[in-house]
Amino acid sequence: MVRLLEETPLSGLDVVHGAVRLREMPSITRTWLAPYPGHERAMSHALKVAMGLSWPAPGEALEAGSVRLLWAGRAQAWLLGAEPARAFSAHGAVIDQTEGWVELELSGAGRADVLARLTPLDMAAAGFPEGRTARSLLGHVSALFAAGSEAMEIHVMRSMAHTAASDIEDAMRSVAARG
Amino acid sequence: MRLCDRGRINRSISLPFTFDGQLLTGHPGDTLASALLANGIRLMGRSFKYHRPRGVMTAGAEEPNALVEVGLGAAMVSNVRATVQELYEGLEARSQNRWPSLRVDALALNDLLSPFLGAGFYYKTFMWPQSFWERVYEPMIRRAAGLGSLVADADPARHEKAFAWCDLLVTGAGPTGLMAALAAGEAGAEVILADESSEPGGRLLSEVEDVGGMPATDWVDTCVARLRAMPNVRLMTRTVVTGAYDGGVYGAFERVGDHLSGPHADLPTDCFWRITARRAVLATGAIERPIAFADNDRPGVMMASAVRSYLNRYGVSPGKRVALFATNDDAYRTARDLRGAGVEVAAIIDPRDAAPAGAEFPVFSDAQVVGTGGRLGLRHIHVRTAGKTRRIPLDTLAVSGGWNPSLHLTSHMGARPQWRGDIHAFVPGNGSAGVPGLSAAGAANGVFDTAGCLAEGLRAARTVLEDLGIPAIAVDLPEAEQDAGRTAPLWLVPGKRRAWVDFQNDVTAKDVKMAGQEGFDSVEYMKRYTTQGMAPDQGKNSNVNALAILADATGRSIEQTGTTIYRPPYSPVPIGALGAGAQGKGFAPERFTTSHSASVARGAPMIEAGLWYRPSYFPAPGETTWRQACDREVTMVRSAVGVCDVSTLGKIELFGPDTGAFLDMVYANRFATLKPGKARYGIMLREDGHVMDDGTTARLSEDHWVMTTTTAAAGEVMAHLEMVQQCFMPQAQVRFTSTTDAWAQFAIAGPRSREVLDTLLDHRIDAETFPFMGCGAVRVNGIDARLFRISFSGEQAYELAVPTRFGTSLWRLLVAQAEGFGGGPYGMEALNVLRIEKGFLTHAELHGRTTAFDLGMQGILSSKKEFIGRAAAARPGLVDPDREQLVGLRPVDREIAIPAGAHLFGHDADPVRVNDEGYVTSSGYSPTLGRYIGLGFLRNGRGRHGEVIKLVDHLRDVYEFCMVCDPVFFDPDGGRARG
Repeated sequence: MVRLLEETPLSGLDVVHGAVRLREMPSITRTWLAPYPGHERAMSHALKVAMGLSWPAPGEALEAGSVRLLWAGRAQAWLLGAEPARAFSAHGAVIDQTEGWVELELSGAGRADVLARLTPLDMAAAGFPEGRTARSLLGHVSALFAAGSEAMEIHVMRSMAHTAASDIEDAMRSVAARG
Repeated sequence: MRLCDRGRINRSISLPFTFDGQLLTGHPGDTLASALLANGIRLMGRSFKYHRPRGVMTAGAEEPNALVEVGLGAAMVSNVRATVQELYEGLEARSQNRWPSLRVDALALNDLLSPFLGAGFYYKTFMWPQSFWERVYEPMIRRAAGLGSLVADADPARHEKAFAWCDLLVTGAGPTGLMAALAAGEAGAEVILADESSEPGGRLLSEVEDVGGMPATDWVDTCVARLRAMPNVRLMTRTVVTGAYDGGVYGAFERVGDHLSGPHADLPTDCFWRITARRAVLATGAIERPIAFADNDRPGVMMASAVRSYLNRYGVSPGKRVALFATNDDAYRTARDLRGAGVEVAAIIDPRDAAPAGAEFPVFSDAQVVGTGGRLGLRHIHVRTAGKTRRIPLDTLAVSGGWNPSLHLTSHMGARPQWRGDIHAFVPGNGSAGVPGLSAAGAANGVFDTAGCLAEGLRAARTVLEDLGIPAIAVDLPEAEQDAGRTAPLWLVPGKRRAWVDFQNDVTAKDVKMAGQEGFDSVEYMKRYTTQGMAPDQGKNSNVNALAILADATGRSIEQTGTTIYRPPYSPVPIGALGAGAQGKGFAPERFTTSHSASVARGAPMIEAGLWYRPSYFPAPGETTWRQACDREVTMVRSAVGVCDVSTLGKIELFGPDTGAFLDMVYANRFATLKPGKARYGIMLREDGHVMDDGTTARLSEDHWVMTTTTAAAGEVMAHLEMVQQCFMPQAQVRFTSTTDAWAQFAIAGPRSREVLDTLLDHRIDAETFPFMGCGAVRVNGIDARLFRISFSGEQAYELAVPTRFGTSLWRLLVAQAEGFGGGPYGMEALNVLRIEKGFLTHAELHGRTTAFDLGMQGILSSKKEFIGRAAAARPGLVDPDREQLVGLRPVDREIAIPAGAHLFGHDADPVRVNDEGYVTSSGYSPTLGRYIGLGFLRNGRGRHGEVIKLVDHLRDVYEFCMVCDPVFFDPDGGRARG
């Protein structure tokens, strides 16, 4: 009998440079939801019934207990932390993306300075408060950002996690060296 | 000469540095230029064309003369302005554009030849013989041309790029900028105040005057302390705003570490900022303009404002005996400051009729400087007054021809500056081509007195606050000097000797006049003819003088002549800063498969394919060449089993009841009829009828499909699907997303592939449950996996996909099991040979110019449905039998290799362009067939199987004969894959 072992792309990366910390977060169930044209309200209703969450507006991140719903682009969202309800697939695409993306967490006081070296969006708390999410670039890598109260979540495609982490670390070093 | 008790330098610390190898010292707060002057060094460089001795002329970013090389080896930077470079311990600077030394420069010969080297000389002089231009003249001129030297090594500096955002960007921290930032900051606006100098204050740091009832420098310090205490204000020193771009974006270049001795290894040398500002105030001040007079370029001739900067800011006197040649009252300050510092003022030469009353110095009214003397530095001047010329001995001449507002950024979107006759200067234009949201204030707007600048700063901030809906808070306007003095224009003192206009490009008044005489009478033509205003200083010192001289020469007014439009960057920006982070691995993201580390550990060379890294081959002990490994791997797959990571192929999952109809639109062949549990090969066309990509799409369940694309075209296919959905089928009940990264997928290929699978799968499979082109769910150790029976090798083959986190583990298991059956891993080289043997396609063949007809796949185009590219693919030109068609190629001599890229000609045809009949796209050695084989496109190729043609590679000097054959070399009926 064979046995397959699990491995994460960054082997549990956890580094600190200056006042900023970068961590690879444990993977959680991630489902890509995309309502069919004309089914947005029905999908929202199904979400409400099953999870207590409605369909997110562009740039919105919603939360109900341990379940989260992140807007993830035109007519699409990610359901995080829960298996999708069977009813969802009547109203749109339901595709497992648990393995497709990796979540990094950037925390510490200077995180906005670090992100200012990587992304053209203003990630300071005033412009990008908790509960906001956006798709943008992180260096050359496509990413989804979600602001928390104490940290920024950065979701990147798994195969590019290495480049994303090394670009972030490089920016962390530059910011730390400025003191 | 260092002065005591003056300047903002820290005399308690001495900084050793070298200039041309000479050990010198300076102090923190010095620039390289001020430290050199303090050490009595006036000769700092040689001019661009005539190699004239040159000294520092200004104290700012506009410096045209004092350009040096700083640093050593690969880190050397040339054309560093000594007026901008801050001094640090151990700085190593060298003069440039001279040989063998600065004092004795062989190319100073050019100066003697100057009558022959005027503007445009080489277009006229080097006309004949014609062939000499490329072989003799141009190489010679190129060797002599250019400022500074280039380093051939890669730039080792750590550069940085960053973004910033604000309500208000204030450029320049002089009185105007400080006041604007203060008013906007107090009101709560997010403000960025950028200044190119090492400390804020602008001209106030260089002048002796009072602001708000205290010395101006004290007011600056108070003001800066208030700004630094505001969390909403970011003060960026050493930052020059270089350009204004669309959408309120400004480029800014920050010098971060180039002023430090032994900076932290992680500290960037510099940073290129992209600042997005809702509004911007341009408070860049003004640049003093020179006067063109005979031999006005000797070391010791400086701008009057620069003399005051060196005196008051750096505590340095540029000379012992100084005269002034000034067209305005403002320059009388210089004389006062010099006297205050104990420096002798030899004379004030004022070209105006009436010098200001109460002057305490020897003043020559209605006088002009008509000549200078001194070989390596100024020793005397000739002054003409009341018809007489007198010689005045001195070592420094301070010149002021008035002030030009630094309005460059206002022109960056095309606005032309406007001439204001009352102040004899160009001011920002008001046209529609102005930069939206940007307003000029203070000296940049033509207001030259300090009180006026402070008021302008306040006004500009209030306008911005009102625009943005931020309530203003009362800010006191400090009292300051209100009189900027009178000025009269003087561009050129007539005379026979050369009078320099553009010091950096060695352009004289005569060159400008000649441009006008020869018909290059527009200011744009004149600029190109003479090169005036080009190069690092971008005409900051020379533009207005040059066009005034041109206006005079062509009999027009300055207003009629106009000025060139300034373009970004305002100051030079190193290419390294613009490309920060993109060197080496930063050039593009690296995508890694889960088998990456294991492949590298086996010694596999990794090659890049569409950002992914894939193993080229897996060397076995004893193998010394890639061919040995490749041949072994091909044979292994054909005889036993090989495993290969195919995770890099694009995977797009589609979901919804209309997916079949959608795929019918996308693919040229039929997909809606595909049954769940089956996969089908398809090709998709672009709208122009050419093939875009191929691959298999599998139907996992009624509504759930997964499409496979080639590795390189995954992104292009995804974008194409979006286009088809959004433009042609917006109501279709289908959604799709890329799941390439979610699954680790491995090919298991070869006659023993099923035996390998049987060791891993929880339930055995057979030919009935998984026939050729079947697909379905399987389990590996209880983990849900997907199995596809598809083959890119022509062998019985499967692709097994597991969630990515199990990929590394599954790869190791697969390799171990395959080895147990006499197989092992295979790489891209073997994969390529296997597919060439079968005539399967890659983007070598699907290169964007081939059609289904060319590929012999015209039969696949469905006639029963609409699909993208259908109409275009049927155009007569795309199905012309004479088109180049896919063929197989076999060298007549089986020992000879086929070079990819070679061209095909008829057997007896001359191998020249007009006889070209096709080309080779792929080639390799087939160990299965024991010979080289290739694929290519040949005119009417399908009708020429069996014909022997000529193959020629002009680049590699290969000429050989090949037999044209069917592109499928091996197992043409496909029995092995289905078996």
